[in-house]
Amino acid sequence: MPGIEYLLEALTPFNIMLALCGVIAGTVIGSLPGLTATMAVAVLVPITFSMPPASALILMGAIYTGAIYGGAYAAILLNTPGTPSAIATTFDGFPMAKRGDGDLAVTLACLASVTGGLVGAAFLLGLAPPLAKVALAFGPVEYFWLAVFGLTLISALSEGNLLKGLIGACFGLLLSSIGIAEISADVRFTFGSQVLLGGIETVSALIGLYCVPVLIDLVATPDKHLKVTHQPKGFRLMEALAISWKHKFNLIRSSVIGTLVGILPGAGGSIAGLVAYSEARRVSKRTEHFGTGEPEGVQATESANNATVGGGFIPTLVLGIPGTPPDAVILGALLIQGVRTGPNLFTQEGSIVYTFIYGLFLATILMLPVGLVIGRYAYKIIITVPKAMLVPTVAFMTMIGTFSIRNSVSDVIIMITLGVIGWVLNRAGYSPSPIVLGLILGRIAEQGFVQAWTIGAATEELGLMFFGRPISLAIIAFICLSLFYPLVRARWIGRRRKVRAD
Amino acid sequence: MKLMRLAVLASVLAVSAPVAIAAGPDNYPDKSVNYIIPFGPGGESDITARHQQAFFKKLFGEDLVISYKPGGGGAVGWSQLNGMKGDGYTIMGINLPHIVIKPRQKNVGFATNDITGVFMFHYTPDALVVTMDSPFKTVQDVIDYAKANPGKLTTSGSGKGTANHLAQVRFDKMAGVKTTYVAFKGTGKAVTALLGEQVKAEWGYTSIGAKHEGKVRLLAVAMEKRHPKFPDVPTFKELGFDIVSGAYRGIAVPKSTPEPIRAKLSGMIAQINADPEFRKRMENDGMALLDVGYADYQAFVDEKAEVYLEAAREAGVIK
Repeated sequence: MPGIEYLLEALTPFNIMLALCGVIAGTVIGSLPGLTATMAVAVLVPITFSMPPASALILMGAIYTGAIYGGAYAAILLNTPGTPSAIATTFDGFPMAKRGDGDLAVTLACLASVTGGLVGAAFLLGLAPPLAKVALAFGPVEYFWLAVFGLTLISALSEGNLLKGLIGACFGLLLSSIGIAEISADVRFTFGSQVLLGGIETVSALIGLYCVPVLIDLVATPDKHLKVTHQPKGFRLMEALAISWKHKFNLIRSSVIGTLVGILPGAGGSIAGLVAYSEARRVSKRTEHFGTGEPEGVQATESANNATVGGGFIPTLVLGIPGTPPDAVILGALLIQGVRTGPNLFTQEGSIVYTFIYGLFLATILMLPVGLVIGRYAYKIIITVPKAMLVPTVAFMTMIGTFSIRNSVSDVIIMITLGVIGWVLNRAGYSPSPIVLGLILGRIAEQGFVQAWTIGAATEELGLMFFGRPISLAIIAFICLSLFYPLVRARWIGRRRKVRAD
Repeated sequence: MKLMRLAVLASVLAVSAPVAIAAGPDNYPDKSVNYIIPFGPGGESDITARHQQAFFKKLFGEDLVISYKPGGGGAVGWSQLNGMKGDGYTIMGINLPHIVIKPRQKNVGFATNDITGVFMFHYTPDALVVTMDSPFKTVQDVIDYAKANPGKLTTSGSGKGTANHLAQVRFDKMAGVKTTYVAFKGTGKAVTALLGEQVKAEWGYTSIGAKHEGKVRLLAVAMEKRHPKFPDVPTFKELGFDIVSGAYRGIAVPKSTPEPIRAKLSGMIAQINADPEFRKRMENDGMALLDVGYADYQAFVDEKAEVYLEAAREAGVIK
């Protein structure tokens, strides 16, 4: 193992304490909708000035990894992705909680997150310099196709109701174009209002579209929030371990997908979770159960999004290009400490990099007990607190969370408005996920398309630009697979039945 | 009725007068100062503010608390600045050319002259950047290629109507060439596109040369004199192009902030700028320091605005 001599440096009592506190704080922050890993890390930056760089990195890495896991609680128990990384966790996590398996889902998420975190950190430890090249191989056109790939998931998510799914996605795409366009600087769809200049903030839209309808339904119906079929019996750890072992290939595959997507600056945890989910769904024998509370779905997204932590550090440390938004903050903090990132960091400043990577392993392992305990409390609170308390508390949290993202009251108003729209649409059979996918992926697709088109038109190689690059072609192949596989499979099964009948 | 109003007014004045004195410039600052960055964390505006943060505490004993109000390329923050409390404890980062260009594009809720700048403390000079193994060794190589292949030379840069974009427009005009500018979301993505060879060159900043040392080559910098960190890189002026530009950063206060506090704050930022350790850190990151105080702020912005607006009109960013 490279840099094994630094393992002991990572294991000083001070660093262990930092890792533990970081994971606890991160998990709690991540579980509150609206409080994101980026903000948590940014708040900490001044504290880290007085620490040695490696310890500062361990603390920030621990908070970051804890926050990504913490996002699963709100996704599973409240149907609210606390961070965009946890969007796909709601697909199966909330249905599991609804039918009374919330505790199992939380424990599964914890195991998956730890696995994902360890795989990501292992790639960071062993293969960072060569893997960093992946970040550079992805040009605008690859991001465009990747976003389109993410959008194909809509067809899977809205099976039996494709038209409504597509209408929802179009609504999301429309929302994504509000405000000052990031790259062309055009002002679009603001209707003269300055409030809309900054566009629809993604996390506040997530909170509005996912959480507010749940809250309204809680008030409007006499049912309990989550069905409780049994007395809470511990962590259900054995059950979760057995499921995890059964689906170990799913966990590993999703972790590798998460690491690779994490390396791409500008993709991030949301895409990692979505891609891993869609692959898990495609490969699984129980495809038709996905979306109704299938443990494999929770495992796929939660291992993938925690793997992006290690993956994101690869371009950050090797190239000085942040892989994810929290990485950008960490990179800034390192710059101020006078640490120069780059390939030399691994050879000349091994004591910082390797101490940090082992610290990240440590934090990820600590996440297992911390996550299980906090998860159990979160579940108990959600099922025991009476509705009359639960609803106002969660409603209050969503407002604080939304406000804190950009210190903006208008974001809170937009969140509530979208929430009411989301509730009405829900009743008409439109689910929030296609809208949110359109909102997030629309921006990535648009930027990639405009940039690729500009470059392609300038060099007079438009066709080659979009359909002549190997990585693009590979992603296009996946898009076709994702779109047509269900049809092909259905026909194949049908034919086999027919053959048998003959 | 009138009498009563007067009485109320008088009593309000009587109560508020001592408070006003207590909040006067002598005791300022006696608590932490809130420093709002109208962009997200991790960008260059954030990093330079973080550099100031440590020295503010060291020199004045109070904390400089950084918070973020991103959105609309800074417009969300600046449009709200004058509605904030003007007691000197709320200050906001400002950026040129943003505060000049944005309000001319559309109604973004503020005008350039609504902003009360007290100090411009540094700028990140524009630079023409290529990868280390690029065939372009000099600016002349770039011009030759662009002349032979009109429009085919692609350059990345951060955003439209930004320092990078306007530098490209002005350079094209002065050199008599046509190149293609591809806007990316932020400097980080623009560098990634260069390093990944998606584009042939980048209109970036001197700070890129510092951050990606050994992987990129600066062909020229848009400064009056050569940058101390890159003594071998010529300025555009030396090469015959009158381009001195970049992303300028400063600090503004709400309009209601009293004059004495504006002046004192301006002096304080100047003091941080004068700290040798601060200068060293900033220059190491590839930044260039600037000392434009409160008294000279307006003239400075007006002068820059003229150049920016002409280039922006040229580029079709504004009408």
